[in-house]
Amino acid sequence: MISKDQVAHVASLARLSFNDAELNQFTDQLDQIIEMEDELSQVDTTGVKPTTQITDEINVFREDVPVDDGISRDDLLKNVPETKDGLIKVPSIIDKGEADA
Amino acid sequence: MSYLEMDIETLHEQLVAGKISSSDLVESSLDAIEAHDSDLNAFVTVNDQKALAAAVALDKQGIDPDNKLAGIPIAYKDNIVTKGVRTTAGSHMLDNFEPVYDATVVEKLENSGMINLGKTNMDEFAMGSSTETSYFKPTRNPWDLDRVPGGSSGGSAAAVAAGEVIAALGSDTGGSIRQPAAYNGIFGIKPTYGRVSRWGLIAFGSSFDQIGVMTRRVKDSAYILSAISGHDEKDSTSSKQAAPDFTQFISQDIKGLRIAVPDEFFGEGIDEEVKTQVEKGLQQLEQLGAVIDHVQLPYTKYCVPAYYVLASSEASSNLQRFDGIRYGFRAEDVKNLDDVYVKSRSEGFGPEVKRRIMLGTFALSAGYYDAYFNKAAQVRTLIKQDFEKVLADHDLIIGPTSPDTAFKLGENISDPLKLYFKDVLTISANMAGVPAASVPAGFDSHGLPVGMQMIAKRFDEGSIFKAASAFEAATEYYKEQPTFKGGAH
Repeated sequence: MISKDQVAHVASLARLSFNDAELNQFTDQLDQIIEMEDELSQVDTTGVKPTTQITDEINVFREDVPVDDGISRDDLLKNVPETKDGLIKVPSIIDKGEADA
Repeated sequence: MSYLEMDIETLHEQLVAGKISSSDLVESSLDAIEAHDSDLNAFVTVNDQKALAAAVALDKQGIDPDNKLAGIPIAYKDNIVTKGVRTTAGSHMLDNFEPVYDATVVEKLENSGMINLGKTNMDEFAMGSSTETSYFKPTRNPWDLDRVPGGSSGGSAAAVAAGEVIAALGSDTGGSIRQPAAYNGIFGIKPTYGRVSRWGLIAFGSSFDQIGVMTRRVKDSAYILSAISGHDEKDSTSSKQAAPDFTQFISQDIKGLRIAVPDEFFGEGIDEEVKTQVEKGLQQLEQLGAVIDHVQLPYTKYCVPAYYVLASSEASSNLQRFDGIRYGFRAEDVKNLDDVYVKSRSEGFGPEVKRRIMLGTFALSAGYYDAYFNKAAQVRTLIKQDFEKVLADHDLIIGPTSPDTAFKLGENISDPLKLYFKDVLTISANMAGVPAASVPAGFDSHGLPVGMQMIAKRFDEGSIFKAASAFEAATEYYKEQPTFKGGAH
């Protein structure tokens, strides 16, 4: 059984926020899904290696040289929500607006 | 000209003979979209101006007689990035995103002279089996407008089935090409993992995702898959195995082809009419000379739980990049950097995407990793071995693509778990990385298409093309055309 507190904790790890009604709904749904996933515990996996990728490659290396794919700085900044002087603009990292923050 | 009566070879002959032009084909597509898309919602973005300009330029230059794909329009699922053409992944998060580069598959098809007609609707970030989780609008099924087209490549499937285009690309993480292909009565192939470069495919579950082709005719997919296959240094998981010309397998004799039919694919929860149609299909393949064996894939029932642990875990990691900073949606009214992340993600993602991120984050979190992620990855090994064992002495595994035919809009959207089980027959091919396709196998009593799934060994798409084309020639289900019934709104 997953609790509402656990769900709230997972949400904070995932950088998501939910209001109380959403949190209740997600707790119910995740609980059902996780219960379904718990069926995996019926499988005997003693000594079985996990599969996390299915290519035949082990590692792929390339020379550590810059790649010129013809994309300019202006191109790259085109989709940035807020820019200033050709840089990506973000809000202040430390909240200075609230006295109790 | 209707794409419903055409194949790529015929179009090519007419283009070379000057009976039609590439611009005519783009116009035909735009007319069909005009006629049907207000009902279907197959497209998120119609690339009309640029497509016309490209076709006009190609007509001036002349159609290359050695290149079957030149001048033919194609649609791309909206999670395949297209330079200068909005790419949304069906999400509010990316609804203003204009990529600055082309996916490798797009680049390859443009080099072959194919025209990008537009971007097709999909479940948000490819998470869903009905195209109802799209931020924009649900796509409808051209065989019955009250029903879903399947998903997540539902827009691509509906666009092809309705004759808006002759071909579309989709992506398949747990069945997202094959299930909509089945629901729309078309052919759809998910190639071997690594066969096609994923560069420029917006990532969902990177060890499962694969781009593939959806067409009405089998040979048309063979042409396009041949053009998009091959190693790409930009995708280190793409294989160095040489890709054959897949059209060589079309119309080959299937005498002696060894087919395995797993009991588990005809078990509980599979619709009786679907079973009947697929069994009929198997008899037809037998008459064509195939040899049928009944086999067991005992781990089939663990596919859904293992997949939802693993694919959600990969998704939770892949979707961390959407933080409102460099591209995509950024929430307003934020006080600090952490606020930007949390608010942008909470407002930018829809409920299904959040559910998967939450599931994945849970499975990877301290204290649960071994019980969920690692356990599921071990079960994946067993599922893969199941397949390897059966495919060691069979050419194909065949069963239904989906447990049912297209369901009604809204019928399953409030019950995520019920929807997850729609993937029960398609997930295993992604688990094992093997190629798999859905082939039209007739209709149920409601006139809804049934799909038959063909699964082959890694890098043996050839056996699928062989059997699918033989089956297509024997049954000619592609001659049936969608009715566009229902959909009073």
